[in-house]
Amino acid sequence: MIISVRDLRREFVVRRPTGRLRRTRTVVRAVDGLDFDVDAGTAIGYIGANGAGKSTTIKMLTGILKPTAGSVQTCGLVPMRDRKVLARRIGVVFGQRSQLWWDLPLAQSFRTLAAIHRLPETGWPARRDELVERLDLGDFIHTPVRQLSLGQRIRGEIAAALLHSPELLILDEPTIGLDVLSKERLRVFLAEQRAEHGTTLLLTTHDMDDVQRLCERIIVVDRGRLAYDGTLPGLAARVGAERVITLDLTEPAPPLRDVPGTRLVDVEPDGLRQRLSFSPHETTAAAVLARVGQLVGVRDLAIDEPDIEDVVRRLYLGAPSVGSSDGGVHAEQ
Amino acid sequence: MVDRLRPYRELIGSRIRSQTAYRRSFALDVSGSVMVGLVEFAEVYIIFANVDALGGLDFAGVALVFALAHLTFSVADLIIGHLDNLPTYLRMGTLDAFLLRPLPVLAQLVTSDVSLRRFGRIAVAMIILAIALPMNDIDWTPARVALLIIAATAGTAIFAALFLAAAAVQFWLVEGREFVNAFTYGGNYAASFPASVFAVPMRAFFTFVVPAAFVAYLPTLVLLDLPGPVGLPQWLGWCSPVAAVALWCAALAGWRAGLRHYSGAGS
Amino acid sequence: MFVNGFRRWATYRLALAAGAFTNTVFGLIRAFITVGAIGAAGGTLAGYDAAAGVTYAFLAQALIAPVNIFGWDELAQRVRTGDIAVDLARPIDPQLAYLAADLGRAVYTFIPRGVPPLLVGAAVFGLAMPTTALPYLLGVVALVLAIMVSFAGRWLVNLTAFWLLDLRGVLTLYVLGSGLLSGHLLPVHWFPGWLATAANATPFPSIVQTPIDIVTGRAAGAEALALIGVQLGWLIVLLAVGRLVFAAGTRRLVVQGG
Repeated sequence: MIISVRDLRREFVVRRPTGRLRRTRTVVRAVDGLDFDVDAGTAIGYIGANGAGKSTTIKMLTGILKPTAGSVQTCGLVPMRDRKVLARRIGVVFGQRSQLWWDLPLAQSFRTLAAIHRLPETGWPARRDELVERLDLGDFIHTPVRQLSLGQRIRGEIAAALLHSPELLILDEPTIGLDVLSKERLRVFLAEQRAEHGTTLLLTTHDMDDVQRLCERIIVVDRGRLAYDGTLPGLAARVGAERVITLDLTEPAPPLRDVPGTRLVDVEPDGLRQRLSFSPHETTAAAVLARVGQLVGVRDLAIDEPDIEDVVRRLYLGAPSVGSSDGGVHAEQ
Repeated sequence: MVDRLRPYRELIGSRIRSQTAYRRSFALDVSGSVMVGLVEFAEVYIIFANVDALGGLDFAGVALVFALAHLTFSVADLIIGHLDNLPTYLRMGTLDAFLLRPLPVLAQLVTSDVSLRRFGRIAVAMIILAIALPMNDIDWTPARVALLIIAATAGTAIFAALFLAAAAVQFWLVEGREFVNAFTYGGNYAASFPASVFAVPMRAFFTFVVPAAFVAYLPTLVLLDLPGPVGLPQWLGWCSPVAAVALWCAALAGWRAGLRHYSGAGS
Repeated sequence: MFVNGFRRWATYRLALAAGAFTNTVFGLIRAFITVGAIGAAGGTLAGYDAAAGVTYAFLAQALIAPVNIFGWDELAQRVRTGDIAVDLARPIDPQLAYLAADLGRAVYTFIPRGVPPLLVGAAVFGLAMPTTALPYLLGVVALVLAIMVSFAGRWLVNLTAFWLLDLRGVLTLYVLGSGLLSGHLLPVHWFPGWLATAANATPFPSIVQTPIDIVTGRAAGAEALALIGVQLGWLIVLLAVGRLVFAAGTRRLVVQGG
């Protein structure tokens, strides 16, 4: 097992000034008893709303933060205690913070990292060239990092994190702010790395498509606790998350209330645009479209996927979840 | 052994390259720091335009104290002065990036920058030192030559430890930068003048708490073979390495405590 | 604008306390050095006895915050980023607006950063301050003028941002020059002849030396009024030149399409 977490807890004490002189002291439970194992070579989507405890977990997995209670083992090591040894075996990418040297070219960052990880002088250029080619960094490898666009920088960060060929790659919101094309290219690259090198992937994200494309397992965390641990279809099914199809009709039509398996969400006053929601395990988009096509003429359509926030929210409004909620204020990330 | 230093050579090398790349602003910075050195010496010069002695030393003696203090301070500032950027590093998450690398955090922090522009002040201090030494008509023995070298090294170490301790404090007091200036820059100021001008409590503070007197004044007493004031015998001038080691132990302990506090392992 | 300047600085409470602490430590060191020098001179130096010397050292430290000796580059930053356009668009005169803000800041920081060093100085040494009211009244006038002269000088220095790309060199030079020649480090009265002449040819002594001389009663009556006159003179000249240069600078900016 490459990651092993048992009853992991992390509390923060937050002092907030109330009024001019006094301050209140609140204990925030960012992580409140997490339990899970990850086998080597798997890809996990680690999702949850903002403030649910994702970044705190990652900090404890990588040795940046010490747990208040419980145990965590990464690559068989205790992260805080064996920080420097662990650092050689994992790679971490923070989407919103850079680990590169801001005012120097990307190429120089690679040189420095190769020196820091003591990569053999004869071996590492080949690995770098492979990453440069796969992530298409050639055009800007000599540009100072601060002049790169977000997409370019993220690709550089990922290459930097993979330079020393780690067993485990942790990505914290890597696709945030990227356009659709860049996201897709990144996903393809990560899938290839996994296939070729057996790298374990732990990905936190708000983007369901990231999870769909890359991960075979999802862990949902909410308010510091495990809310779901399984597959994505399982999650959608559990939650009954619905997809929404927006139809632009060729001529106004009365509300489409009777399409089997669907619920009418809304109709625009002119009757030209209508929205139907349906649950993936009751019917399929194709079936819905076929039935609708028999009733009206469709000029255009769009399908909205359930977003993570929605799924997670439904997870709590729905079933009585793993561990009831008492105490523990909503954590700040 | 050389291979162990490879990461640090690379880190510092890239900082040096990055700073000297902009020649004109680098030249401006260096000349600025030359001016700083000169204006600070002006204070000594103005005093001695009016009197012949200060704290029992003549102009040559005080110039020597001043030069030694400023030289050691500026070298320490060159190597480790950027540590007062710690609050910025904390805010930007740079410290987390350090924790994710297989190197000690302090070593990465020290090699994360080099303040090359301090060279201006170093140059001024060396010139004043070069002039003050012969002006003092010192009776040079091998022991005294050794003492000068020991004092310069230990003095640099003392100021470096002060910078480290000042940085450690920033883990707790995030707006505390000006507060620690009282000890780093204040220590430099106190070290540049004979400790004999201070009243006894202050003298004790700037000798045994912040070892400013060990940097320049006490070694100068040995070089000039002069007796010290009440409470500071001349032989203490040989003890600056002891002060440096003691201060480093304290500073390192403070640093480790600060790092533990940051990682949530402390309080 | 005055109240705004006041409020902005109200948020830096901890920084003020830290500043007061550092000012006090430097004040103590400086006081001992001053006493040492006066002692070596046989008890008086240029009219300062030990008590007067100590008082001078602590007053100089207390004045650091209000007259803002250590530099200010806000205007230069705004010119560089282009935010200056916002100031130009407002219906208030920029120079007067910044002056008012500066006065607000000075008033707010004076007590937290100025009083602690004076208290410590009084406790450790005893300060030699006059017992009549007139020096204090004139002293307040001199202080306000000193703050404004200091502002006018810093305003001019910042204006170089319209022409120079990197202000650091000019600013360092100004801070060093004003720090020395204003009497902040040592009284101008101690300067050797040539340096004293140079200092008096600049507005800098009006910023520190003059208010201290007046409030301690060293300069009294007609002499005090004359010094205040000198302050006023420098203030008018610097503000006037400042307006001309500012106009030239903004013209240049507009021409360049900045």
